Amino acid sequence: MENNTNIIELKGITKVYEDGYTAVDDFNLEVKRGEFVTLLGPSGCGKTTTLRMIAGFSMPTKGEILLNGKSIQDLPPYKRPVNTVFQRYALFPHMNIYNNIAFGLKQKKTPKDVIERKVRRVLDLVDLEGFEERSVSTLSGGQQQRIAIARALVNEPEILLLDEPLGALDLKMRKEMQIELKNMHDKLGITFIYVTHDQEEALTMSDKIVVMNEGKIQQIGTPEDIYNEPRNAFVADFIGESNIFNGMMTGKLRARFCGGEFECVDDYEEGTHITAVVRPEDVELTDPELGVIQGVVDSVIFKGIHYEITILSGKNEIVCQSVNSAKAGNRVGIRVQPDNIHIMIAEDHTNLFFADINKDYRLEYNDHLLDTSVTKIIKGSSRRDDGTVQDASGEAIDPERMRIQVAIKPDDIEMTDDQEAGLINGTISNLIYKGDHYSYIIHTELEQDFVVNDEYLWNMGDRVGLMMPVDKMTFTLKKK
Amino acid sequence: MAKIAKRVFLLIMLMFIYLPILILAVYSFTSATQIGAIRGFSMQNYITLFTTPELTDMIRGTLFLALGSATIATILGTLGAIGAFYSDRKMSTLISSLNQVPVVNADVVTGFSICILLVVVLHVSKETFIPLVAGHVTLCAPFVFLSVMPKIKQMDSSIYEAALDLGATPFTALTEIVIPQIVPGIISGFALAVTLSLDDYFIAMYTKPAMFDTISTYVVNATKGSQTTIKTALWALSTVIFAVVVLIVVGMNVRAMRQEGGSRAETK
Repeated sequence: MENNTNIIELKGITKVYEDGYTAVDDFNLEVKRGEFVTLLGPSGCGKTTTLRMIAGFSMPTKGEILLNGKSIQDLPPYKRPVNTVFQRYALFPHMNIYNNIAFGLKQKKTPKDVIERKVRRVLDLVDLEGFEERSVSTLSGGQQQRIAIARALVNEPEILLLDEPLGALDLKMRKEMQIELKNMHDKLGITFIYVTHDQEEALTMSDKIVVMNEGKIQQIGTPEDIYNEPRNAFVADFIGESNIFNGMMTGKLRARFCGGEFECVDDYEEGTHITAVVRPEDVELTDPELGVIQGVVDSVIFKGIHYEITILSGKNEIVCQSVNSAKAGNRVGIRVQPDNIHIMIAEDHTNLFFADINKDYRLEYNDHLLDTSVTKIIKGSSRRDDGTVQDASGEAIDPERMRIQVAIKPDDIEMTDDQEAGLINGTISNLIYKGDHYSYIIHTELEQDFVVNDEYLWNMGDRVGLMMPVDKMTFTLKKK
Repeated sequence: MAKIAKRVFLLIMLMFIYLPILILAVYSFTSATQIGAIRGFSMQNYITLFTTPELTDMIRGTLFLALGSATIATILGTLGAIGAFYSDRKMSTLISSLNQVPVVNADVVTGFSICILLVVVLHVSKETFIPLVAGHVTLCAPFVFLSVMPKIKQMDSSIYEAALDLGATPFTALTEIVIPQIVPGIISGFALAVTLSLDDYFIAMYTKPAMFDTISTYVVNATKGSQTTIKTALWALSTVIFAVVVLIVVGMNVRAMRQEGGSRAETK
């Protein structure tokens, strides 16, 4: 079955909705015959829109889709040799299972005996022999999903499109179906294009993963590539769990992040702003004096096959997965093998830091209150009469378990000599002249590096306060 | 005490609703010429009702008009609802709000304006029945739209796309997949349209051919007239209509109960 021709090519696909919202932006993808490709991304990243454009339900604003080298731009959905498995099955409730599956073949005027044979064969394939006469409403979710797959496969499409087909199933059923889908794919040799927001699903099943965010492709690669060599912070954060730190190169194969200097294997020029990714399973806990950095164990959660240990080091939080437990409150050292540190050049130098929600449900950073309202940051939340805050579903928000990630651009931070005026103080540890401005790195009291752009020259080692206007900040809610 | 008060209140309400028609029904089986003195049982009113050609023609004509205009209105209203549902949001809202206007609008205005447009401006003769049918379709279609729309909204909207995906043309997808899903809405829309057409007086008044009468227009004229036999025969007609309505309602409830019981048995 394996050969190297592209079955489908998407070239420069852009979809702009009438209200000006760009759902998909310059999407380029080649899919080889027989491949299992997964479009992976958070909701609203454009993955379903892309799938709908392949199916023909939605027209790209720009770009073209080639099937076997020929444009299918003008083909309506019912003439495209692709079939879709819908998220909520979309079985026809007024038809029995046989007629549901036979629907596609009947449209093609297939002889009755052929239809009967094919229907029986796909029912066999999805393990639902003898269900012909049953009505849709008597089937469980998992069974309905299998019928939806059978109904698509019976038409022997060149490409099978699957739109989060397992989203409505419970965890156990989902795991089973993942394996079954993968087996079906291997057995049939049909090209699968699969859409999901579940990274584990994508890693388990795919030959190739396309990670998307905000309509743009972030990375295309095999599951191993995507997991081990994420191209940017988004991919690293989205695929698996990661510790992500901003930092900079301090020498040949040396990088500083998270308040310490680590050896690494990625060679970038000294002074480059970087994003460092360390997987929780690669964080090694040692005696305090043996670690590159030291910290205090904040919490230990038993997860079955491992413990998830959170360590606080300065203002940085490091998540570690270990088979050995640790005791909260203990001082530990942290070490990471050089080849377990993945270094990426920081794309933009947006400064990220965490603010806490204090008892009065106000945002606090470095003992300064941020002049904004928590209810504005958490979508749909509101303040109760007793002063606590509830989320959109009316559940109380526990400030102990939430924190807010704050992002602010280097241009929006101002430096001042007045140590009292800034949100936080630090020393200038690096400066680079960027043509029309200087880019500074300020190492703060809380062991964090901030990138600040300023047109005036300051000196290395100057002690400065950083003034950050709240209206320039963007906030994201994170669970602790 | 409160319990008794509740019962009494309910009884009074039911009396208000059913007593008038019951009185009429009782008198329809007597030979009385006016309400007041009962002289004895008689089927004369029913014989007159079903043997006088003037009356039977009028009833037949009214039923044909109701079924015909309800059919047209059901087709238009259903297509309108499907169209509105699959349009983009702006268009959909526009169609739905425009559909509201004839629903709230007074029938007098609808009837009069259709009369002006078709008869006076476009010179369509009332004798062609076109103004009358157009009037009744205008009256009924918005209600069909309203009774079909919720069914479409309940439907899983992706089944239409699923049908296209499986190779059905948009027409096949509509007739074989979408419409079977909304049949209950279409049926109740049709029933509503028939009732509205039977009920209507004002629109028929303005648009009907001179020599044609619907039950409503006929009754209004007859009660003004002096032909006592015809007048009392109309008591019989009212009773028949009431009986038919009761039968339909009971039938529908029995069917609904059976379906409910049936589906419960199925899930067991």
